[in-house]
Amino acid sequence: MSVSQAQGPPVEVRGLVKRYGELVAVAGVDLTVLPGDVFGYLGPNGAGKTTSLRMMLGLIRPSEGSVRLFGRDPQAGVAALDGVAGFVEAPRFYPYLTGRRNLELCAALDGDGAATRVGEVLDIVELSDRAKDRVGAYSHGMRQRLGIAAALLRRPKLMLLDEPATGLDPAGMRDMRLLVRRLADGGMTVVLSSHLLAEVEELCNRVAIVRQGRMAYEGTLAELRLAAGTVYHLRTTDDDRALAVCSAQAGIDDAAPGQHGGIAFRAPSEQAVGELSLALAEAGALVLELAPNRATLEDLFFALTEGDGDAAPSPAPAVVERAA
Amino acid sequence: MRPGVLAVYRWELQKLRFQKRTYLGLGAAALVPIIFAVAVATQNGQPNDVAFGRYIHQTGLAIPLVLLLFGSIWMFPLITALVAGDIVAAEDHNGTLKTILTRSVERGQVFVGKALATATYAIAAIALTGAVAIVAGSLASGLHPLPTLSGTTISTGRALVLIGASLLVYLIPILAIATIGLLFSTIFRNSAAAVVGTLMASLLLQLIGILPGLEALQPYLLSTQFNAWQGLLRQPVDWAPIVRAGWVCSLYAVPAFVAAMLVFLRRDVAGG
Repeated sequence: MSVSQAQGPPVEVRGLVKRYGELVAVAGVDLTVLPGDVFGYLGPNGAGKTTSLRMMLGLIRPSEGSVRLFGRDPQAGVAALDGVAGFVEAPRFYPYLTGRRNLELCAALDGDGAATRVGEVLDIVELSDRAKDRVGAYSHGMRQRLGIAAALLRRPKLMLLDEPATGLDPAGMRDMRLLVRRLADGGMTVVLSSHLLAEVEELCNRVAIVRQGRMAYEGTLAELRLAAGTVYHLRTTDDDRALAVCSAQAGIDDAAPGQHGGIAFRAPSEQAVGELSLALAEAGALVLELAPNRATLEDLFFALTEGDGDAAPSPAPAVVERAA
Repeated sequence: MRPGVLAVYRWELQKLRFQKRTYLGLGAAALVPIIFAVAVATQNGQPNDVAFGRYIHQTGLAIPLVLLLFGSIWMFPLITALVAGDIVAAEDHNGTLKTILTRSVERGQVFVGKALATATYAIAAIALTGAVAIVAGSLASGLHPLPTLSGTTISTGRALVLIGASLLVYLIPILAIATIGLLFSTIFRNSAAAVVGTLMASLLLQLIGILPGLEALQPYLLSTQFNAWQGLLRQPVDWAPIVRAGWVCSLYAVPAFVAAMLVFLRRDVAGG
């Protein structure tokens, strides 16, 4: 069954569990990646991201649950990987072969005319001038790009990339970001696991945040920010009185002393903030400063992945303010 | 069209072509006969206690046969193990297994391609030793008719044919050792452990063969099958040891191959 004939979203994961003896690496992940998504898969080290990606690529067997790529089970055979490419952890090649020979090897194992695309993908990742060098002499960034080239040989509709920019210098990270953006603009669905939250925020339209093998959040960044609410920073002539007003005011949540003075609170709308400013004036606490701190992905990530384990999609204002 | 075993096999050979250990093994396979022939040419002594040992100064065609006897102790098992023990374990260790297992070939095809490449290398090593030994032996002692184990003498041409056939029979236990190496390579995921383990297994079987009280086991030991080719150099040809080598070696090779393949098909590729 080709990708065009496939039934189902690019990635559909349900109840995915992976145990290694007593250790539970993935503890029930559910996620759906839709066509055209640039999907950020986030989590701290050891959260189970790479293990999940390995299961998606059919490299390891799930203990429970299912993975479907365009409706096909990667455990059922390599046909399920038609139209799918990527790498987990760092892409690995034969160091004693040249970059071109490594790609020719991959192409030979891909079939479907992939061998005719070796030159083209080398151009895309800008490695043509080093194609005759042995991979053993490549820098980390060049190997990452060669990994992308090897993936592109398959003309994928879905690309699974595990931390593609990790270990790259700033220029390499920028190049990798531009490359992923270009692929996504070409209509490819990309699943990107990363520690680089700014990168995910810039590239991805949807994210999943995994923590201790469990999903803490899945959805769009906009929805995540909305769920978190906008955090405001307030400074008045009388912060003690202002805090009491905030706590009593309808529509104002989680009011607390700010880490750097003043008060932090969450409000679902600007209307609620306007009403608060009136109430503060009536109470005699004159507003000196009132500004929204829009939560960054990093703020939300830490809010969801740190703490006692009962993650909620609603980070506390103080946490957000700390990062801001 | 989806690629298959042939594509994997071709690329396994390519990879072997670029690896040092390939040339280490093949170099030893070529060098040992040369050293042996030089020793024969420069010294008067001869290994009288092994078959054909007493004829090494009489005809160079005895030299490859004596080498087959000596080589079975550790040289050929080691040369075979160098690639068989490495071919899966090195990929596992270097993380390249995940690179090839996420392409369009099934795991079973990858495994069979690797097994065929291992066998090809073993065949190349034996053929190289045989060819170099015949040439070096001829230079050292000349190309003369060869006395058989039955006391008759056969012509040079017939001797060459029988030496070729002997090398083929010798391959039977060598390929059994290769499958054991493949099994260790798949299970241990460590190249050095698999290579050493394969050699140790071969030496252990030889040790069992010389332990007093275990003589009854000898016909069923892999090490004994290294002498099966001698049946070809009797008149008339004694097929019994060759037939036995076939089924005894299968008893070692088939379970090892099946176990290795099952492990390879079912394993989690989590390293690298």
